[in-house]
Amino acid sequence: MVLGRTADGLFWMFRYLERSENTARLVGAGLRIALTRSRSGAEEWSSIISTAGATDAFLARHQGYEFDGVVDFMLRDRSNPSSVMSLIEAARNNARAVRTALTSEVWEATNETWMSLRSALKTPVTHHGLPDVLSLIRQQSAYVRGALHGTMLRNEMFNFARLGTFLERADNTARILDVKYYVLLPSVVHVGAPIDNVQWETILRSVSAEHSYDWLSEGDPDPAGIARFLIVDGRMPRSMAFCCNQILENLRHLESDLPNPAPSPSLTLAEELTSSLRSRDINEVLEEGLHEFIQEFISRLGNLGGQIETDYRFHA
Amino acid sequence: MDKEDIPFDEMFMAGGGIRWPYSGYHQWLEDQHVRRLQQKSSEADALFRSVGVTFNVYGNKDADERLIPFDIVPRIISAAEWSKLTRGIEQRIRAINAFLHDIYHRQEIIRAGTLPANLLTGNSAFLPQMIGVTPPGNVYTHIVGTDIIRTGENEFLVLEDNARTPSGVSYMLQNRETMLQMFPDLFSAVSVRPVSDYPRFLRRCLSDCPPPRCEGRPVIGVLTPGIHNSAYFEHAFLADQMGTELVEGHDLRVVGGRIAMRTIRGYVPVDVLYRRVDDDFLDPLNFRPDSLLGVPGILDVYRAGGVTLVNAPGTGIADDKAIYSYIPDIIRFYTGEAPLLGNVPTWRCSEPDHLAYALENLSELVVKEIHGSGGYGMLVGPAASKQELEDFRQLLSSRPDNYIAQPTMCLSTVPIFARSGLAPRHVDLRPFVLVSPDRIHISPGGLTRVALKEGSLVVNSSQGGGTKDTWVLED
Repeated sequence: MVLGRTADGLFWMFRYLERSENTARLVGAGLRIALTRSRSGAEEWSSIISTAGATDAFLARHQGYEFDGVVDFMLRDRSNPSSVMSLIEAARNNARAVRTALTSEVWEATNETWMSLRSALKTPVTHHGLPDVLSLIRQQSAYVRGALHGTMLRNEMFNFARLGTFLERADNTARILDVKYYVLLPSVVHVGAPIDNVQWETILRSVSAEHSYDWLSEGDPDPAGIARFLIVDGRMPRSMAFCCNQILENLRHLESDLPNPAPSPSLTLAEELTSSLRSRDINEVLEEGLHEFIQEFISRLGNLGGQIETDYRFHA
Repeated sequence: MDKEDIPFDEMFMAGGGIRWPYSGYHQWLEDQHVRRLQQKSSEADALFRSVGVTFNVYGNKDADERLIPFDIVPRIISAAEWSKLTRGIEQRIRAINAFLHDIYHRQEIIRAGTLPANLLTGNSAFLPQMIGVTPPGNVYTHIVGTDIIRTGENEFLVLEDNARTPSGVSYMLQNRETMLQMFPDLFSAVSVRPVSDYPRFLRRCLSDCPPPRCEGRPVIGVLTPGIHNSAYFEHAFLADQMGTELVEGHDLRVVGGRIAMRTIRGYVPVDVLYRRVDDDFLDPLNFRPDSLLGVPGILDVYRAGGVTLVNAPGTGIADDKAIYSYIPDIIRFYTGEAPLLGNVPTWRCSEPDHLAYALENLSELVVKEIHGSGGYGMLVGPAASKQELEDFRQLLSSRPDNYIAQPTMCLSTVPIFARSGLAPRHVDLRPFVLVSPDRIHISPGGLTRVALKEGSLVVNSSQGGGTKDTWVLED
């Protein structure tokens, strides 16, 4: 028996954890660009803030997109609900609230993550210290994930944890594409001009895929290849299609032992969303408008999340 | 406490010898390096933090989670001492349950003139809603944590009965777990009775009193006020160890005369609720209307036999500090026996001559609020400043009914592992008792609280107290 509140707590705990990891990855990609091309630094930082959906909140607090301000806002600022520290704290609060649904390994991993980040982020992060902090965040996320996979029963609680992870991840990948879609548009590639593959590399880096892309594709990155990789490639664990497949699988598992054969509204939504990706030709998407395609996906994903909360009685 | 009073030390005798329950431990200790012990002592802190055994301090603006300091020197009780203690506690708890049944039914004890009626009228711990209600199995106090103090080789006294929702049992379990991890060799050198089966006994105790409307194996839940409660860790810990649901008020509602919890598949009835929510907050329809922690209508379901509440509502009348002074009479009245465990002498300030005595001797007394707990709102005369004494004198004179006074008891000491080595500190003891319709189970041990400040007599964790693992030796 799983309480609706427990399902809610697990779902959001893993959404927060996933989001914190993505935030750290975005900051890492931004750092890279800022180091290699100091002139486009501000532009890069602004697109990171925009990916996190926090432009207004950021500008209310900071004059311009400088390293110190952005890093502090994205990692430490507790008034920013999507800073790493706010997210880790929210995840840990959820973990406390659903403590009985977690193994002690998962709980302790989450608690230790909170303790170590709280101490690492006690004072502002310097340029010099940033790589270490980012790698700590990465390691801690892997620690929690490892505990989840190694110790949790594959039951409904696990399904809700995974649903949270993949909904959030699909959303994040889509947002990265949405903010950067213009660099993938065919018109940007001027004939004869040097290809701006640093921008493309940033996209791949934001989803930790700079090497796997090289591994899978033959030759240099190109816009259609990158878009295909992030949207429909079922082998890439952060692609929208991969995440949708995982969402579908977990929803099916939740319904597998129900006597009622009619699928829940959320399962139906998830099936529609998955098949909308499966059947798409990427060149067609690029031609018809990548931006509109992504916007549509993000909105349908949002509806799916809301439907899951309703179907599984997250709230009274 | 007279200045000349030398506290009774449970480990070292006056001449320097070792009291025999501690001989095995002391022998082991002689072989340990101080450095290793220091290292273990700090390891213990890290262990508690990562497991999350913390508590929130009320009124602390920082709202940070704090550790209760853990001391690595165990408190050791011999089998003979323990059996004497448990007999006394059992007797007391049987009497308390008989008293609760009587007070909510025929009130024979008042008719007999043993207890003055005015102790009930106007006492907020007495719940008129419980009059005529018999709880499932006729058990009122399923879970009790009786506070015991020791003042000499053979003197054990009850300080408080804690018959509402006693906390601390998770520390008993975690302290032992920590000691086992840090010093496994110690437990092969000394035979200590285990406490780790407490969650199993607790689950059995809760299952022993299903409500009349329960069908089949009772579904059990622990009802917590939520993650901001100071004892939340314990609520989650116990639910986890028992394998039961941990629910909050807004997970529950009345469905078809039962209390049901909202699961991902719909509402499912719960039969027994180990509630860690106070009476006042349990049911906004019947008690405090502003409570968001309870379940509207739960008391009506309870009265109709749809759910068992553990402990029963209204048990507070038995651990009320005004009733406390009558417990020896209560024991005689219901069991016909002389009390095996004594009380601390108590002056009820509601009585003029007692009040006069209390005011006269304030600097030597401990004064407590009738409904206070956790060491809040009390005065320890010998440790108080002139100003504090004066302030309390005012409080006491303006609301004498609200207070009792007791002599400052010289609590026994047990050494702690301080920087300078072993150093004696005052302790008390809270054994944990589980009551079923046909038996009473007392975990061999309990929670030893220790005042870490030299000379201090206040052991409450909220006031800077620590804890120790508590050993009861095998026969």
